[in-house]
Amino acid sequence: MIDRLVTFIRDTQLWQSIFRHGYPETDRNQSLIMFSSVLLHLHPVKIKRSALRFRYTMCLGGLSAFMFLLLTFTGIFLMFYYVPDTRQAYNNIKDLTSNVFMGELMRDLHKWSAEAMVFLVWAHMFRVFMTGSYKTPREFNWGIGVILLTVTLLLSWTGYLLPWDQLALWAITVGTKMAEATPFVGNAGPWGPQLGFTISNDIRFLLIGGTVVGQNALLRFYVLHCVALPVIITLGMVVHFWRIRKDGFSGPL
Amino acid sequence: MAERSTTENIYPRNQKKSYALMELVKGQGFQTRKQPEDTVFVWPHLLYIELIAALVSLAILLWVCTFKHAPLEDMASSDTTPNPMKAPWYFLGLQELLVFFDPWLAGMVLPVFIIVGMLAIPYLDINPKGVGYWAWKERPFAIWTFMFGFLQWWVFIIIGVYFRGLDWQWYMPWDDWTQHKPSSGATLNDMNVILHGWGVGETAANLATYAMTIGYFALFLILPVLLWRKFSQQLGVVRYLLVWSLFALLMLSPIKVFLRLAFNIKYFMVTPWFKL
Ligand code: HEM
Repeated sequence: MIDRLVTFIRDTQLWQSIFRHGYPETDRNQSLIMFSSVLLHLHPVKIKRSALRFRYTMCLGGLSAFMFLLLTFTGIFLMFYYVPDTRQAYNNIKDLTSNVFMGELMRDLHKWSAEAMVFLVWAHMFRVFMTGSYKTPREFNWGIGVILLTVTLLLSWTGYLLPWDQLALWAITVGTKMAEATPFVGNAGPWGPQLGFTISNDIRFLLIGGTVVGQNALLRFYVLHCVALPVIITLGMVVHFWRIRKDGFSGPL
Repeated sequence: MAERSTTENIYPRNQKKSYALMELVKGQGFQTRKQPEDTVFVWPHLLYIELIAALVSLAILLWVCTFKHAPLEDMASSDTTPNPMKAPWYFLGLQELLVFFDPWLAGMVLPVFIIVGMLAIPYLDINPKGVGYWAWKERPFAIWTFMFGFLQWWVFIIIGVYFRGLDWQWYMPWDDWTQHKPSSGATLNDMNVILHGWGVGETAANLATYAMTIGYFALFLILPVLLWRKFSQQLGVVRYLLVWSLFALLMLSPIKVFLRLAFNIKYFMVTPWFKL
């Protein structure tokens, strides 16, 4: 009875249009599923048994990617309740923690998975170094990795301003003070003033859209945090994963 | 080739059989050290691992959320300035460097060199050994250098997070973090001023500090080729210069920390445009 039902469903045009093969329990279907699903296609069909060993990668790269997924989901949730306006932002966050259904959990998850991601990406880099996985032919992918690390840090940092509390304002104030000291293009850096840079036209002004961290800075950080940097890191990951497939995984023989 | 008799012993020839052991071969063949390919399907083997890793990490995060909430302080206001003002923890290492270096170095130039240096690693490391397993002994130089930089990053972060309190003074975990500490009282001096104090003329003192700084980098560029000729030759000129100038930069912060703590030196070189 159930068998007949299953067969019937599997024979419908709807089912056939979505799944091109039977349940992956035979070699053939286990291969087909990897070919026909775009997400699974990131993986090869077969890998060396030894590459599976937890001790080798400790899943660190995969977990970094998983953190990014979690951050995307929780981040989209947070965006429904958040307006990047200095008069509203703080209260939006307050509401999230007290009035919004699941709001506090989503915010906490967003926060802790962001911290976890920073840590995991560093740890992943450490593993890649220690196992010599950056050597020929993977030099370029290591470079992509360094960029991913930088963008991860920037994502975390731009998000830090958004709650618009004391912690946020002053942490970003300290940080952007450094930009002021950039050689050549900062008003307090070597050869900055000589080249005509002042507090209202240098690199820091460009970054925060003013001379102090205020409304413009909040909007800029919001756009960077929610649009620009996620797009960049996604592109980076696409190349990173593609390269792992093309260069071959360094796993033990 | 092994003795014919050995072969005979292991598998005596038998006229009635259509097959026989021909020969045992000694020595290194093409296939030595390569085991037969031992592969498994990604579905389900790898996907299971990924699923479990994802679920476990999600469980841990949810568990953390039950007792620790994301912080939220008072609303931002430019009227009250917190003391100390701390960057997010992952940048506290750089902020800690501000104690020892001017902001253009700590906040801009050194981070750029960290990134450039990391990008360059695969092109500078010409040792082909140690790929695909956790290796320590086969590439001591690479590992030690990397570890040294990696540890610096984390040690400075730990100091920034756990040992810096009011006015960015050093606080022990058991100190009273609400009380201001008297400043150490030691006056910091620049190297050229110290030299001047010893009776060296002003210009000469300045030039001496320039010479010392250049000498520092020159030392790193000259010594290795004298000490490790073969290694240097393998590197080639371009890699050699890059490796050792980056290495000199890597040593810069520990050296500056040492000069500061041991001799109260503020800058070891002062120019009209920047100070080191
Ligand atoms: C957002 C950050 C990153 C993500 C999501 C990510 C993801 C991954 C994943 C899933 C793998 C497969 C193997 C594994 O899990 O270890 C991998 C491998 C690799 N990653 Fe990353 N990674 C990131 C950052 C980095 C960084 C910072 C570096 C180095 C500077 C790096 C360099 C590499 C290299 C060279 C490989 C190939 C390793 C091999 O063949 O053994 N990645 N990455």
